[in-house]
Amino acid sequence: MEFGFTTAAYVVSAILIILSLGGLSGQESAKRAVWYGIAGMALAIFATLIGPGAGLWLLSLILIAAGGLIGWYVAKKVEMTEMPQLVAAMHSLVGLAAVFVGYNAHFELHHVLGMDPATYEGLKGFAAILAHKTPVEQNILRVELFLGVFIGAVTFTGSIIAYGKLAGKVGSKATKLPGGHLLNAGAAAIAVLCLIWYFSTGGFFPLFLMTLAALFIGYHLIMGIGGADMPVVVSMLNSYSGWAAAAIGFSLGNDLLIVVGALVGSSGAILSYIMCKAMNRSFVSVILGGFGTTAGPAMEVEGEQKPIEVDGVVSALEDADSVIIVPGYGMAVAQAQQNVAELTRKLRAKGKNVRFAIHPVAGRLPGHMNVLLAEAKVPYDIVMEMDEINEDFPDTDVVIVIGSNDIVNPAAQEDPGSPIAGMPVLEVWKAKQVFVSKRGQGTGYSGIENPLFYKENTMMYYGDAKSSIGDLVTKIS
Amino acid sequence: MKIGTPREVFEGEARVAMTPDSALQLQKLGHACIIETGAGDKAGFSDAAYKEAGVEVAESREALYAAADVIAKVRAPSDEEAKLLRKDQTLISFFNPAGNGELLELCKEQGATVLAMEMIPRISRAQKMDALSSMANIAGYRAVIEAGNNYGRFFTGQITAAGKVPPAKVLIVGAGVAGLAAIGTATSLGAITYAFDVRPEVAEQVESMGAEFVYLDFEEEQADGASSGGYASVSSPEFREAQLAKFREIAPQMDIVITTALIPNRPAPKLWLEDMIASMKPGSVIVDLAAERGGNAEGTVPDERVVTDNGVIIIGYTDFPSRMAAQASSLYSTNVRHLLADLTPEKDGVINHNMEDDVIRSATVTREGEITFPPPPLKVAAIAAQKPKPKEPELTPEEKRAQEVAAFKKQTKTQVSLIVIGAVLLLAVGLVAPASFMQHFIVFVLSVFVGFQVIWNVSHSLHTPLMAVTNAISSIIILGALMQIGSGSWIVILLGALSVFMAGINIFGGFLVTRRMLAMFQKS
Repeated sequence: MEFGFTTAAYVVSAILIILSLGGLSGQESAKRAVWYGIAGMALAIFATLIGPGAGLWLLSLILIAAGGLIGWYVAKKVEMTEMPQLVAAMHSLVGLAAVFVGYNAHFELHHVLGMDPATYEGLKGFAAILAHKTPVEQNILRVELFLGVFIGAVTFTGSIIAYGKLAGKVGSKATKLPGGHLLNAGAAAIAVLCLIWYFSTGGFFPLFLMTLAALFIGYHLIMGIGGADMPVVVSMLNSYSGWAAAAIGFSLGNDLLIVVGALVGSSGAILSYIMCKAMNRSFVSVILGGFGTTAGPAMEVEGEQKPIEVDGVVSALEDADSVIIVPGYGMAVAQAQQNVAELTRKLRAKGKNVRFAIHPVAGRLPGHMNVLLAEAKVPYDIVMEMDEINEDFPDTDVVIVIGSNDIVNPAAQEDPGSPIAGMPVLEVWKAKQVFVSKRGQGTGYSGIENPLFYKENTMMYYGDAKSSIGDLVTKIS
Repeated sequence: MKIGTPREVFEGEARVAMTPDSALQLQKLGHACIIETGAGDKAGFSDAAYKEAGVEVAESREALYAAADVIAKVRAPSDEEAKLLRKDQTLISFFNPAGNGELLELCKEQGATVLAMEMIPRISRAQKMDALSSMANIAGYRAVIEAGNNYGRFFTGQITAAGKVPPAKVLIVGAGVAGLAAIGTATSLGAITYAFDVRPEVAEQVESMGAEFVYLDFEEEQADGASSGGYASVSSPEFREAQLAKFREIAPQMDIVITTALIPNRPAPKLWLEDMIASMKPGSVIVDLAAERGGNAEGTVPDERVVTDNGVIIIGYTDFPSRMAAQASSLYSTNVRHLLADLTPEKDGVINHNMEDDVIRSATVTREGEITFPPPPLKVAAIAAQKPKPKEPELTPEEKRAQEVAAFKKQTKTQVSLIVIGAVLLLAVGLVAPASFMQHFIVFVLSVFVGFQVIWNVSHSLHTPLMAVTNAISSIIILGALMQIGSGSWIVILLGALSVFMAGINIFGGFLVTRRMLAMFQKS
């Protein structure tokens, strides 16, 4: 086949992929849009396989099928609460693939340069493209593949650490090796030196050394970020995997790789931006540091946490006309979403107005709570964003906070010394009555004291979220 | 102690400060009770009823004043009565100490302790002794009844076989205790009731009683009623004009107007002027509860019923509580009894005149040969001051427009500067890079641009599916591996094969999990 056909197929495929991302603007159109994405991807692979430069297509097909089988199995089996881990794990695969493809480009280039120009005619595939490059283009190619390998390596280890933290296999506290960011800076400096070295010699060793440095940066950077910042990290890694693909696309001269890589990269960047905005923190501060580096002493909290038993919550719910439920990571951890959904159905059957308020950074992944609630068959039109529902709290009879802490912390508005001062929060304390379902009296993940728990209209409903919400469901007639 | 109640000497006064019921309660506090013979006759309480309640009956006023340690009565004492007071005797009654200096002086000379009922402060603890409120309540009720008595029609609207009867329209001016009682009475009789007050914060109370609050088109910071103990204060001339204009507008529709507007220690404000009276329908009734202080309506004659030239009846009675003597006596005697209970904290019949107590201190106007009026300010505010509302500065259209323009300019500025920076960078790259690179670079820049445009529209709730789907499509890197796998050495093939395998996992896993998630989103 000629280049013309491949290019045409790439154009169609790029459009399909853009449409599939654009379709995610609404729940119904998204269901159609995912097919566009699948079709676009299939077309791209098909066109590449039959296009110029590809070989060993039988092996390729077998490998794709084998990988697909694993992917299919994982996708069927994964629990919705495990989505963050899954996404992180998949990012690591893209990162590693980018490293390998970058290496290959290097080997091919080396191979081609070592040959006699007279024998170029016999070359096939990728090598043939390389053979036609001028020295300047070859240098640019080196930069591109160097960048691709660097980003890919950072993505790989970073995603593995993020996966470990999200899956609870690595401690989620922010930990740094002695030396902190100096180590990162040192590793980055090594990578830059390697770039110069690689330019002058073209050897494999500087490339390999840089890869090690990049792997270290990925590991150390993500180790230094706490679990509450994971939504930012995961979307940042998402972005990196896209940029890696784009950089590789440059070095291979493949426009579709560039287009899709840029789409994914900008998508991840926007998600990171939205998450940072929702926490009122700058991207740099999330990436480089934990909480509370600049904040003053936290406000003293007075009063005490008032516990309440299941009967008290039930009678308040029976009397209430409007109820808002604020879920957080704790609901995901306790796997309480089915019970929450059951409670919602019962209350709605009694004619009460039940809605959900979702903070942008609730959970460990952007939109995590929406997916969990959808899994439990909570209709998405009663699941509201923060901006949609924040004004309704004063008119609400009962708010149930399930396993969330910082996103309902009034200190963000009241205490300028708080580490989360200025972060937009759900104003649950304005409701007539707040119940907080929580395991115990701890300060929770970020270690920030939450004045909400001490407010006059707040009652603490202690216990594991799954069983305590389950108790509510059985007691409500 | 012996509590004594004389017969009221004031012409037409029918109330009495002690009823058989309150006497029983007083005896529980350890006190003995005595009344002058015939004291309760006009209020419907006979001497026999008092005797039955264990009350001693004195044959004459002098005997009563001689026997009692505490005199409880309704009206302020006449000079003769005051002269009967003796040292160490306590008098409890309405007194009007601010306008009754001579009497105050006389009582001081006599050495008596005087507690003035109208000086009881308006704090929650003292509500049970607030005789002004209980009398105002009666006055408000009676004002409506009196109006109905003079109004020749129904209050409530009816549709009968003999024709349609429209409901009466009643306007209450001043929503104090009397005003609110009048609103309640008028609405329960079926009238359409409107109410006005200079204190906008009472609108809620008015509406809770079933009347419609008459709002003025007037923007002014009204003095908060709380600062003056819940009473109205003098309003500005502009406000008064706006108020009169509103009254003028609604006067012709009103069948009954009940005015209760009083400002402490001032003559009643004139609110219902002659031209408004002239515009009313014949047969309409005005009841002026402020008649004692000169009246709110022009043409009010205290204690008289006047009919104007156009047939509007103006009632200026000042003795509404006395006209309901039985009810008024039982409420007033209960107020007095509560005051005595506070004066007898031990319930042992011994009066402990505690001047540290805010309520007792405020009510006491003379004590031990000293005039103790006016009292010092209260330690606790009578009514919690309203929280000042955070004022949103109201923007004029010009300011709004200016703000919009400024925001637009700023946006344009940032956009233009971003574009310029981007263009300069692009040109700089273009100067050094070869053309083949630039071709790809343009594709890259455009894709980033498209990505930004598209991703901003993604709904928040679909961020997780977005991540899963971008994950799947970022394995487009498989194309690179596919292109390399066929060429070159074994190591290239190995690495390429691994990449293809991993990307395969990602493609299938990513798309399938996205589909699974999206299928779960359901509408209710």
